[in-house]
Amino acid sequence: MFVLVVGGGKVGYYLTRELSESGHEVVLMEKDRGRADQIADEIGSIVVAKDGCEGSALADAGANRADVVAAVTGDDEDNLVICQMAKHHFAVPKTIARVNNPKNEPLFKHLGVDELISPTRMILGSIEQDIPVHELLHLAPLSHEFELVEAQLTVESPAVGRTLLQLQLPSGCSVVALVRDEIAQAVGPETIFRAGDKVIAAGRAECEPALHGMLIGALPVA
Amino acid sequence: MKAVIVGCGRVGGVLAAALDATGHDVIIIDLLTRSFDRLPATFGGEAVRADGTDEEALRRAGADGADFFLALTEGDNRNIMAAQLAREAFGIGTVYAKVNDPMRAQAYAELGIGTVCRTTMMADALLGAMKLPMGSEPSVRAGAEHDHPPIGTAASSGHGEG
Repeated sequence: MFVLVVGGGKVGYYLTRELSESGHEVVLMEKDRGRADQIADEIGSIVVAKDGCEGSALADAGANRADVVAAVTGDDEDNLVICQMAKHHFAVPKTIARVNNPKNEPLFKHLGVDELISPTRMILGSIEQDIPVHELLHLAPLSHEFELVEAQLTVESPAVGRTLLQLQLPSGCSVVALVRDEIAQAVGPETIFRAGDKVIAAGRAECEPALHGMLIGALPVA
Repeated sequence: MKAVIVGCGRVGGVLAAALDATGHDVIIIDLLTRSFDRLPATFGGEAVRADGTDEEALRRAGADGADFFLALTEGDNRNIMAAQLAREAFGIGTVYAKVNDPMRAQAYAELGIGTVCRTTMMADALLGAMKLPMGSEPSVRAGAEHDHPPIGTAASSGHGEG
């Protein structure tokens, strides 16, 4: 396979090296002459010191026979243009763009870039997996060691589908209000909790595990 | 008419002032506040410090519902991306990007955004001044008509342009 990599930063450098080592034909384009020479010293003469956004430079690097163009510069607008030029001007079958701002993803897809790689989104996804999203949120300390807390109910919350009475909250804590569809309301004896509700409760710190268990689910074993 | 200009350089600044003076609503956007020093004291439009390649920033700046969108920064690719956002995300009808690489100017005109190429424009102006024949490439190209639906509509997902 012939892969044209544009952008000789860390990503472009390692990508080119790996592809080359696994037997693919690779050309790396890096517009900064100094950086291009430095990479060429390390991985050989497969580096073209030209701007991959320039149509004529892409042509010189062999874009018209590339199977894949990977645009991995640090600038989203450059990566978009490289892929679009590759696709429309050189009929490259597969274009891959690094997207730094995840909000640009819909535009890139819409404009025909085949694959998007978003480091920002990958790291975000990984962080969100590690942090429990739904926890008791401490809103405010009240007098006498009481605290005001908020819980966002999910489909997994034991409280969903039940009323306050059915929940049998421990003594010493009380559900104060409920925010549903962005409207705050009182919790009456008939109110059935739903997923998506935000439940505001007041209680002492020692009630928190029980509140957590009913509103969010059992605490994970530490 | 409502005009959005991205890039308050010499050209952007002069155009913003001219459109404002002739009674249009002008929003001019630049990454640097000091670029707005180029605007005359009489300028009555809005000058917004924002990134013209950021959809949300454009929306906050008031790009929705504009009649004209002109991307005139010093970066070809920034202009191309801003113009494509204007066209695809905001559905603005008249969109021009300054693209100084003649090859990109032609390619993007075919893809539906108007392009202005200073390279061919200057070359032709100078050739003309010397009474020599000019190049065959136009310096201003209207964007080709295209019919793909705006971003975010159901039909747009996964739509390549082939």
